[in-house]
Amino acid sequence: MLDPQIILAGVLNGLLAGGIYVLVAVGLTLIYGVLHIINFAHGSLLMLAMYAVFFLWKLSGIDPYVALPIVTGGAFAVGFVLYRAVIGRYSHGKDENILLITLGVSIIADNGALLFFGGDTETIDVPYAGKIIELGAAFLPLPKVISCAAAIAICLALGLFMALSDTGKAIRAVAKERQGARLVGIDVEHIFAVSYGIGIACLGAAACLLMPTFYVTPQSGYAFVLVAFTIVVLGGMGSFVGAAVGGFLIGVTESIGGLLLGEQLGQIGISLIFILILLLKPTGLFGSRA
Amino acid sequence: MLEVRDLSKAFGGLKAVDQASLDVRTGEIVGLIGPNGAGKTTLFAAIAGFHKPDGGRIVLDGRDITGLAPHQICAAGMVRTFQITQPFARISVRENIMVGAYFRTADRRTATRLAESVAAQVGMTDQLDQPGSDLTVAGRKRLELARALATRPRLLLLDEVMAGLNPTEIGDIVEVIRTVRAGGVTILLIEHVMQAVTSLAERVYVLNQGRMIAEGTPAAIAENPEVVEAYLGHGAAKVLRA
Amino acid sequence: MRNLAVAAALLAALVYPLLVPNYLITVGMLIFFIAFLGQSWNVAGGFAGQTSFGHAVFFGVGAYTSTILHVSHGWNPWLAWPVATAMGGLVGAGIAFLSFRAGLRGSYFALITLAFAEVFRIVANSAAFTRGGLGMLIKADSRLENFQFTTPIAPYYLALALCLVSLLIAWWLTRGRFGARLVAIRENEDAARALGIDVFAEKVKVLTLSGAMCAAGGTFYAQKYLYIDPTIAFGIDKSVEMLLVTMVGGAGTIFGPLIGSIVLTAINELTRNAAGVFPALKNVQPLSLVVYGVMLIIIVARLPDGFASLLWRRRHA
Repeated sequence: MLDPQIILAGVLNGLLAGGIYVLVAVGLTLIYGVLHIINFAHGSLLMLAMYAVFFLWKLSGIDPYVALPIVTGGAFAVGFVLYRAVIGRYSHGKDENILLITLGVSIIADNGALLFFGGDTETIDVPYAGKIIELGAAFLPLPKVISCAAAIAICLALGLFMALSDTGKAIRAVAKERQGARLVGIDVEHIFAVSYGIGIACLGAAACLLMPTFYVTPQSGYAFVLVAFTIVVLGGMGSFVGAAVGGFLIGVTESIGGLLLGEQLGQIGISLIFILILLLKPTGLFGSRA
Repeated sequence: MLEVRDLSKAFGGLKAVDQASLDVRTGEIVGLIGPNGAGKTTLFAAIAGFHKPDGGRIVLDGRDITGLAPHQICAAGMVRTFQITQPFARISVRENIMVGAYFRTADRRTATRLAESVAAQVGMTDQLDQPGSDLTVAGRKRLELARALATRPRLLLLDEVMAGLNPTEIGDIVEVIRTVRAGGVTILLIEHVMQAVTSLAERVYVLNQGRMIAEGTPAAIAENPEVVEAYLGHGAAKVLRA
Repeated sequence: MRNLAVAAALLAALVYPLLVPNYLITVGMLIFFIAFLGQSWNVAGGFAGQTSFGHAVFFGVGAYTSTILHVSHGWNPWLAWPVATAMGGLVGAGIAFLSFRAGLRGSYFALITLAFAEVFRIVANSAAFTRGGLGMLIKADSRLENFQFTTPIAPYYLALALCLVSLLIAWWLTRGRFGARLVAIRENEDAARALGIDVFAEKVKVLTLSGAMCAAGGTFYAQKYLYIDPTIAFGIDKSVEMLLVTMVGGAGTIFGPLIGSIVLTAINELTRNAAGVFPALKNVQPLSLVVYGVMLIIIVARLPDGFASLLWRRRHA
């Protein structure tokens, strides 16, 4: 069997990746909690954000961490407009309609990327990419540590925003009781768009945190959407605590799965978890809605 | 025909139905009334298999049907309608009723004829080609009734089939229900419209806060002080008598 | 009147290969083949309302079953075909049993089918008996007894036959008890249940039928193109294509998938020649998919009953 040191290293690396997954999942669960939309476009929009980070670096030399405010703000705007123009307008009625519309968005995004950017794998070379932090037998790349810490910080900041700000309170009100929120004068449609925007802004931030150590291709969208859904379903749709726990759990699962089964087969763990949760406990660990 | 003994159903901590019992004899029309939120629809749903009861028994023609699935209960001869109508929106009235008719036959022509005759029985012949979504409230209520009838039940559970109808429409439906019973179907109905209950039901049960508080003829029920209080509030009976 | 139109169209389809060049024969074959695949999705997704995002799982099961039997065990592909079809039905029944036992509906069902397709893809990518990511090559031996073709004409007629069979199946659904029950389930499950329909059993049955049909298409594909790999077989592109073709044409109608297939193939042909118009694009093939995505949104938003509703008055299933 494997050396416990190696497993520990795998767990640590998984936790680091998990931090960013949490950020991605938080966006998805926020969108579900407030709008009751299963945002199938989540992975594809993350992929587009990663391309944005890449091109900012390639064309203007902006470091991905420095680009955080730019890309996050831009992602918010894109999400807001996307909701207002397409998703909010056309998703009347069945929740399957919304799923199909966001599927359409993801098809357009994935293939648009293929069309305009080509199928090559793109990476960013930052000067500090090679710096390693040693923790026993674990070699933790510095950017991964920074990214994980930043992701956690952003999630906490988002949590504070939701708890303390007026907009945050309005969002929570709409999530809990839509009609009631309308009755006390909250502009529910606006809150929907803002919430969707925040969900996508999380993707913008995650993109900046991923690019120093990761790569992007047009297929990345599809790969991420399954991971994101598994986390959110595992943690419970609409639950932030669930997204946090789920994110770290899946990060570790992916890492250990890769160690034990190899890169390719290791991915099966995620899909199997997804299936098992849906079959056995669809509300997830912390969710309340079936 | 139908014996319900000590049926209980709770949701979370709330006891929606608490040890309720009732009997329906073959050929009767029995009413189930009670103030809003008394648990009438929950009782129906439990009898018809949509909820698993927490306690108690349901026996239909000597056969214990407690906990059976709705489609099995339909096979046993009991069928329910829904308080909030559930038409099959995108298909025609004829096709709606045929879904019920297909319960008794696999042949399309037979099912069509059965559907058309049931439609005539409830007075929907003119609307056979309309899509389910086009119907008015009265039309939808008739459709609920027609669909259920097409399964050729022995016992029909009608859940507030008069709700939302104007007096003329109520009168029409009352006539239809009478003919249905004359055709050999036993009926248990939940109703708020007292006029309908008194003109149709031979016996009435009264449910309040999940518990059966009275049973008797419509006239006897109207005089029952507990029933009056259930509807009008504590002490109302005394006030009314004074 | 409508029967006359259908008969005329059928006649036209039969003589079509004799009048057009080879390239267009292949286009015709694609139209009918994709219509067949779409109909397999339509049976479950359109008639019964069980939207699936992972129908490629059945397609891939069919393609790999017949190919493995043929390449690794020497079976004649014609004989392997029914086995592959049965496997598709079995997988359909299995997925349906698990998912509906757990009470999954709507979006959750759509997502779990996607997950199943993904699991199969990963397994196919890593297992030895599927040759992993390399895929499986069928040795060229272009004799009809070997389920291979020398000219585009034979596959055209075979695809046409498959399409006709699928149309008959859809027609049968509109005329019988099974189909009526599926529609009832789609429109309102609780009401269907109250009227004596064993909703679980009917859903399992329809997924079995759907899986079997789709798997049959998988074998045809493998024998036509002589190569499959995990992404082709189980990838999301195939799933989306089947879903899209049906939704665009009209879910729950007999001719919906065929109409959708004609529309989508036309778009494909048009964008194929767009390379000249958009020199900045690195790769034109995804352009048709981008258009598909736009169409999906437009259809769901504006024309939920598909093009079929434009062609004749809404006479749904």
